[in-house]
Amino acid sequence: MSRLPPADTTDATDEPPVVVTDEARESLLAGITDELGDAVVGFHIRPGDDLWIRVDRDAWLDIARFLHTGLGFAYFNFLSAIDWMPSPYGRSMDSGVDLTLEGVRVPEPGPVEQGLAGGDTRFQVLARVDDVISNMGITLKVDIPEDDLSLATWVPVYPGANWHERECWEMFGIEFSGHPGLRHLYLPGEFEGNPMRKDYPLLARQVRPWPGIVDVEAMPDDDKADS
Amino acid sequence: MTTVSDQQKLSYIAAQAADARVNLEIESEGMTLNLGPQHPATHGTLRIIARIDGEQVIRADPVMGYMHRGYEKLTEVRTYPQVTTLINRIDWLGSFANEVPFILAAEKLMEVEAPPRAQWIRTILFEMSRIANVVLFLGDMAVQVGAITPVFFAFRDREHVLNQIESVTGGRFHPNFDRIGGLKDDFPKGWIDETRQVMKKMRRFCDEIEVLVMDNEIFQARTRGIGVIPADVGLSYGLSGANIRGSGVDRDLRRDNPCGLVHDQIDWKVWTHPDGDSFSRFWVRLQEVRESTGIVSQLLDSLPSGPVMAKVPRIIKVPAGEAYVETENPLGAMGYYIVSKGDLVPFRVKIRSASFSNVSITPWLLQGVYVPDIITILASLYFILGDIDR
Amino acid sequence: MMTLGELAYWELTSLRVAGGLAAVLLVAGTLVYIHLFKLVSFMQSRLGPMEAGPYGSLQLLAEVGKFLQKEDIFPRKADRFVFAAAPFVVLMSTFLLVVVVPGGPDAWFVDNDLGIYLAMAVSSVSVIGVLMAGWGSANKYSLMGGLRATGQLIAYELPLMLAVVGVVIEAGTMNMQGIVLAQANGSIFGWSGLGNPFLLTQFVGFFVFMIAMQAELTQSPFDMPIAESELVTGYMTEYSGMRFLMFFIGEFATAGVFSAVAAVLFLGGWYVPGLDATSNVFNVIGPLVMLGKVVFLSFLVFWFRFTFPRFREDQLQRLAWKFLIPIALVNIVATGILKVAF
Repeated sequence: MSRLPPADTTDATDEPPVVVTDEARESLLAGITDELGDAVVGFHIRPGDDLWIRVDRDAWLDIARFLHTGLGFAYFNFLSAIDWMPSPYGRSMDSGVDLTLEGVRVPEPGPVEQGLAGGDTRFQVLARVDDVISNMGITLKVDIPEDDLSLATWVPVYPGANWHERECWEMFGIEFSGHPGLRHLYLPGEFEGNPMRKDYPLLARQVRPWPGIVDVEAMPDDDKADS
Repeated sequence: MTTVSDQQKLSYIAAQAADARVNLEIESEGMTLNLGPQHPATHGTLRIIARIDGEQVIRADPVMGYMHRGYEKLTEVRTYPQVTTLINRIDWLGSFANEVPFILAAEKLMEVEAPPRAQWIRTILFEMSRIANVVLFLGDMAVQVGAITPVFFAFRDREHVLNQIESVTGGRFHPNFDRIGGLKDDFPKGWIDETRQVMKKMRRFCDEIEVLVMDNEIFQARTRGIGVIPADVGLSYGLSGANIRGSGVDRDLRRDNPCGLVHDQIDWKVWTHPDGDSFSRFWVRLQEVRESTGIVSQLLDSLPSGPVMAKVPRIIKVPAGEAYVETENPLGAMGYYIVSKGDLVPFRVKIRSASFSNVSITPWLLQGVYVPDIITILASLYFILGDIDR
Repeated sequence: MMTLGELAYWELTSLRVAGGLAAVLLVAGTLVYIHLFKLVSFMQSRLGPMEAGPYGSLQLLAEVGKFLQKEDIFPRKADRFVFAAAPFVVLMSTFLLVVVVPGGPDAWFVDNDLGIYLAMAVSSVSVIGVLMAGWGSANKYSLMGGLRATGQLIAYELPLMLAVVGVVIEAGTMNMQGIVLAQANGSIFGWSGLGNPFLLTQFVGFFVFMIAMQAELTQSPFDMPIAESELVTGYMTEYSGMRFLMFFIGEFATAGVFSAVAAVLFLGGWYVPGLDATSNVFNVIGPLVMLGKVVFLSFLVFWFRFTFPRFREDQLQRLAWKFLIPIALVNIVATGILKVAF
């Protein structure tokens, strides 16, 4: 695909399509490794496209500070988490009821396998920051051990991480220590459980057969309502 | 700039001090004003709990989740082609644009590239959904500031664009037209000429809005200097789209990260505005609609021939891997982080939606503004509830 | 032929009440149909109501019927008496306002020598109704709307009155009938072809009066008290059915009556140039002439209403205190000097 240069392109990092190495991202990685040393425990470069870095949990705030002030990655893109455990419910395309009736056995979940840049734990937090001048983004990952699901908050560095961390907390149950207000964001205040975990069943598919039957349920407080 | 004498400075300080004293004396306990979840200004179910003193906001706290549909969880039980019907509903005013980054991310993992004609048509529909979306903003912003008439013009002229989208895709709002490896179909006969006419109409609409709304002194008085977002704050909150370009940051993913779309094949301009206030966000969006009509016209002129679908397997299994693709959607940068394990369904999809980050700045931004300005600022940030709650 | 003067007092009063009701409600209905239904639809490139009656002309009756059927809802914590009484107070102000407006040389309700003074006084009564509605609803939006409305109405009373003062100086009377006759019989620098419509000699006053009137009617760009995009509908938020209808009628009737007052003050009232002001013809065509002028002036009101965005509360106050009132004061001084000089 031939590329005509647009009128006011400022970025110099977009390579021609056929590249094997990515010097910009490699030098970036080298800079981060120099600064953080052993805290960088894994990385992956897809040339011309993207960079993944896995850091130690204790260095999570340090790398944010370094990226923000040291390397000019001022743009906070998103923060979320991944539960690497394969779902015990399979694809859940059909409800458990149907499957049992048809005698289909739900396959046993496989072993936990982490993605790019490796990993050791079931939960990983991933975050992405961008440099708006060179238009490079970095996806950061960090392992969260299952017996201590907590991580330093990024809010002092990137205030925009506030809501993302709240979402991550309620969806995965990962505590962000130092967060100014770790409250429910989407879910009602009394909600229990962490819906985005793989062992949390997708109730819409489990409770009623697919396609879901539309039924009208009584409001929970109907009898107690003021009358 | 005129120079200020010491005498003037002193009298200014004295006046400020007097004001402060008065404010202290009449300080009241304040009250809590609950805007939403059903409120005309939030066009959806956003709720803002504002602690106000008189008409001034002390603290504002947005509450969302009234429309949370759990798309990230739902995508984990749907095959890749099924996911597009779902994500159509994220930003329901520019639906086609929602599909594009997801399909591009899946294509990146599969290492499939859509044929040139498909890329062109994708870009055309992408820009048309931007026009359909932002045109409504231009009318809506006016109605939030108090002018009722422009919104009718917006609905009237958006209809032309929606008709064109419908005649290609079959759906006015939820096209579900994008496929991995290309598109479902080609343009119908005569569509290209009609679209050229429609683009002319949209340019006329922009002129109309410029005269009727943007040049209006009252509109400017209501929006200029209101809700100022400095560039560094905007970046650290992850603002995107016209919100960050309105703060003078020259970032447009269509130009900076043209993966899979063909914006780099034509001549267009990224508009920025240095002020960072509500007015500049409106201004940038107005220019962008103009620019988009130009992009569509140019792409129609250079439309290549050929198939619209690459060779992809009948049953789509995406190889294991991770990919993140974000595009410049009508509301801002929208991205999908797809984790695949080589299965029929994605293992994890993180949906980075623009409005979520754009609205996350509101607690910071709404401090100290007047109640009427809450509305102006929210309108100028331009969010779609589906895009916040996902 | 029996003249009106020979009727008994109660007969005369009944006639006046009937006439006053007709003058308020028929005019309000006409304005709603012409302006709200048709003019605005035309501006917004839509048709407006088309089904009820020819070109939707009976739509208003259908709307009234709909409102009458609706439940009259009281919020639980509302101050019931204040809440219920508020629309009546607002409507009362409108009906009191119309009594001083003349429709012809002999077609008047009250021929009071302090006519315009009375009009200005009773027009302020609506403030109390609005404040009652805002307070009695026990709703924060209503309260904010009511308070904003009060601040705004009080602020714009002043330029409204000051604009009238110029007319009063020029006419030399406060009697509305006298103001009409002063315009009919007057002359501009010796030329009496048009009489002396104060629109021409008091154009500054007209300008200030129209702006202040727009604000008194809480129409855009001064509709911050209603501000449907933030305060839902301000002080009317909690009203439904009949009581909302009364606010609605009040809004348009007040627009009509204020336009009538403006027509008397600045456009020569029931008089059209070229005819003898004392002729009996005006008792017949006078009301129609008035209606024509009212429709024209309220057209301006609604044209602005559906074109402009709204001012913020502080900007609106600034406009009144720092701009309109000084202009009106200068106008009074200039009028006084010219009056003495000529």
